Amino acid sequence: MNGTGQQPELSSVVSAKGLDLTFQTNDGPVHALKDVNLEINKGDFVSFIGPSGCGKTTFLRCIAALETPTGGSLTVNGMTPDEARRKRAYGYVFQAAGLYPWRTIAKNIKLPLEIMGYSRQEQDERVRNVLELVDLAGFGGKFPWQLSGGMQQRASIARALAFDADILLMDEPFGALDEIVRDHLNEQLLALWARTGKTIGFVTHSIPEAVYLSTRIVVMSPRPGRITDVIESPLPKERPLDIRDSAEFIEVAHRVREGLRAGHADE
Amino acid sequence: MRQMLAVLTVVATLIGLWYLACIPMNMQGVLVEAERAGAEVSPPDAAVRREMGGVSLALRNGFAVPATWAQERPRLPAPHQVAVELWDTTVMKKITSKRSLVYHGWVTLSATLLGFGIGTVLGVLLAVGIVHSRVMDMSVMPWAIVSQTIPIIALAPMIIVVLYSVGVQGIIPKAVISAYLSFFPVVVGMVKGLRSPDAMQLDLLRTYSASKGETFWKLRLPASMPYLFASLKIGIAASLVGAIVGELPTGAVSGLGARLLAGSYYGQTVQIWSALFGAAILAACLVGLLGLIEKTVLKRMGMA
Ligand SMILES: Nc1ncnc2c1ncn2[C@@H]1O[C@H](COP(=O)(O)OP(=O)(O)OP(=O)(O)O)[C@@H](O)[C@H]1O
Ligand SMILES: [Mg+2]
Repeated sequence: MNGTGQQPELSSVVSAKGLDLTFQTNDGPVHALKDVNLEINKGDFVSFIGPSGCGKTTFLRCIAALETPTGGSLTVNGMTPDEARRKRAYGYVFQAAGLYPWRTIAKNIKLPLEIMGYSRQEQDERVRNVLELVDLAGFGGKFPWQLSGGMQQRASIARALAFDADILLMDEPFGALDEIVRDHLNEQLLALWARTGKTIGFVTHSIPEAVYLSTRIVVMSPRPGRITDVIESPLPKERPLDIRDSAEFIEVAHRVREGLRAGHADE
Repeated sequence: MRQMLAVLTVVATLIGLWYLACIPMNMQGVLVEAERAGAEVSPPDAAVRREMGGVSLALRNGFAVPATWAQERPRLPAPHQVAVELWDTTVMKKITSKRSLVYHGWVTLSATLLGFGIGTVLGVLLAVGIVHSRVMDMSVMPWAIVSQTIPIIALAPMIIVVLYSVGVQGIIPKAVISAYLSFFPVVVGMVKGLRSPDAMQLDLLRTYSASKGETFWKLRLPASMPYLFASLKIGIAASLVGAIVGELPTGAVSGLGARLLAGSYYGQTVQIWSALFGAAILAACLVGLLGLIEKTVLKRMGMA
């Protein structure tokens, strides 16, 4: 559209073609992903939504090279996921906070920085910055058990943000939080995404959350796990919380719900 | 305060039972002595008395009861006799004296600590190998388990003889037996500890492309600390047993084991019991010390 023909901002970050993954279990093979095709472009905020067991986590883990696909092709930044992992392309936020109990919050956030060889001074500075980003300034010296579940989850997000991974993969990061905290973190996440231009893959079970956050919503369905619909969001990049009452928002949410229903009806 | 009271009650009950047990246990001997001293004993026939139980003898010779707590060589020494012997041989004797329990305790303790050190280092190294290498996991673990099924009493003399034949004696053979007993709980606990991080904690490090070394130092090792301390407490008690057992077959002249042995040769029951209590007190102190270190370390790590 922009005449020059060059579209650097639309360069593909994740590209999955005909992706298959079958787990060999004691009760026979489990088809976790079947013929998954998806392009994620730089700066996209992509949500994955679908019933339990449809392969959302598995797909995210494939991107992060934590799982090896049994078929099809998957590239990340033009490399294999494993090469991208070695280039430290990912920040991964797991469903549970997973902080190390013997490290203070600050030391937990430093963990990736230590491994990636940042200088002491740089480490301290980055910890300070990300703690502020997630509203935890002043909690750096506390141990995880001294924080609430929501605070721990924010600390784990800070940990994923502390280094410069341009891909952020989040697996139901706010699943265990109450509605109000969740809204607040959603707002913060959007602000962060706008400021840093990261590419984000986000798993959720909540339709409003998916619609509120995403530029694209990927609807999946189980047995075998596959993509049934990809919905481009027409919402503007700037999204105050009350956008959720707008007609556009409700329209998108409706489409997502229809997609989920269709997936269920297939069975 | 209340807890203290409960503990004291239990201790007092145990001591009371001990005094009671002394009466029938020592009655035969006391009556023989009393008869020799000219007292009237019932029944008067020594042969008849030998067939009778301690309890019925005590019932018929009430006057002799206090003497059962004050014999020179009782079958079962009374608590205060053991306490006095402990006091005499620890506080009242110079530590360099051959009769000082502190001296003998130190001889055993030094072998215990050396053996415990060797056993711990060996145990940790084996555990690290087992966790990182499948081959080691399958080849070392079964042998470690088998090694503990051989009674140490059978093995100790052989270890000592073999080492003696290559010119090693003194503290080393005892330490080897100590190490032999203490490495096992350390291996088992440490393997469990090093494997305790869950899949998510390991995956997290994988997303950072952390090396095996980094995974070990930053995740496995800190996660294993509570397990390590639990095994160390078992290990040190086993070490002490090993050192004492190591002193028995050699006819060693010093050490708590030597005191036990000499005591039983000469029928010095008070000496045996005080050596026994010396060993128990030593073990309690060692385990208590480890508990203290554990508390401090885990507290600093934010895990206690
Ligand atoms: N390591 C594994 N071994 C065998 N089967 C697995 C493994 N991991 C996942 N699966 C199976 O693959 C399927 C997809 O699992 P996945 O965890 O990706 O689902 P999900 O969409 O994330 O579900 P949820 O919303 O409950 O988190 C499930 O049927 C699951 O049982
Ligand atoms: Mg999941």
